[in-house]
Amino acid sequence: MKLQISTSLALYSVLEFAGNPKDPISAAEIAAKYEVSTHHLAKVLRELVRAGVIESTRGVGGGYRFAGNAKRLTLMDVIELFEDIGDRAAGREPGASTDVGQALGAVLAEIDEIAKATFRSITIDTMLKLIERQRGARRKMRAQPKIARRA
Amino acid sequence: MSAKTRKEPPVPTQAQHPDSAIRVRPVEFGDLDRVIAIDSETTGITKTDYWYELFHRYGASRSRQRLFLVAEAKGAIQGFIIGEVRDWEFGSAPCGWVFGISVHPGARLAGIGTRLLEAICADFRHAGVDQVRTLIARDNSLVLSFFRSQGMMAAQFIPLEKDLR
Repeated sequence: MKLQISTSLALYSVLEFAGNPKDPISAAEIAAKYEVSTHHLAKVLRELVRAGVIESTRGVGGGYRFAGNAKRLTLMDVIELFEDIGDRAAGREPGASTDVGQALGAVLAEIDEIAKATFRSITIDTMLKLIERQRGARRKMRAQPKIARRA
Repeated sequence: MSAKTRKEPPVPTQAQHPDSAIRVRPVEFGDLDRVIAIDSETTGITKTDYWYELFHRYGASRSRQRLFLVAEAKGAIQGFIIGEVRDWEFGSAPCGWVFGISVHPGARLAGIGTRLLEAICADFRHAGVDQVRTLIARDNSLVLSFFRSQGMMAAQFIPLEKDLR
């Protein structure tokens, strides 16, 4: 499963904003952190604002803020703003209407359904907890002496 | 009832129970009517015989391996959870399995599901296992989201099935 760049940028951005709900973050900060063009990111952020997921704040220290409900908004909600994942319409690819193509299509559709169910089941709040757990695990790993890690 | 077959209930509107007002305990015979009612309301199917049988196997003859817990709040049963320790399925080390959980639609968003899961996980640890698993229909976003919010991730196992008709 590979998401389009715009979709990934949207997810990064939403998680950054939701992780810092009080402080506006500028597009330039996000662009620098994820090493992407500000121009491309601006388009993504406009779409997120239009969908009501984030809101822009003007003035000194302005930027964008999370405006959704982190316990309700799922990864799928964000993804669907940018692409239709698992859109493998039968007959679209060469050979898809053959017996072999249909059998292969059934397997690919199975994978797509699992991916979609996963994205639908994970809220932004759950992702923030997962990020925090991973940070904690990394901190714990760094705190261990190198010799213990090798063992 | 099982997490696998439960239909998606309406979005809850109440969230009134402080966490401390929730009491989780083993099921008793007198709780069954309420358990059956909660299950019936959330799945749309009343399965009285199934629940009496389940009580016989998991409630009355409770052991460290088989667990059937209920959550009380506001003087009534508001939810339940059922699970067991399963040993060496396809070579998998013993682990805890949750195969049923439900909270009354009017009592959701109050931490009852979390308390039930925490309680059964504590019992699983007490039984000597350090992993918990469950199986949910992939269109059951409500229950899937709940387990995800509790830190559960995709397992090393893939469920498979075949139509036998």
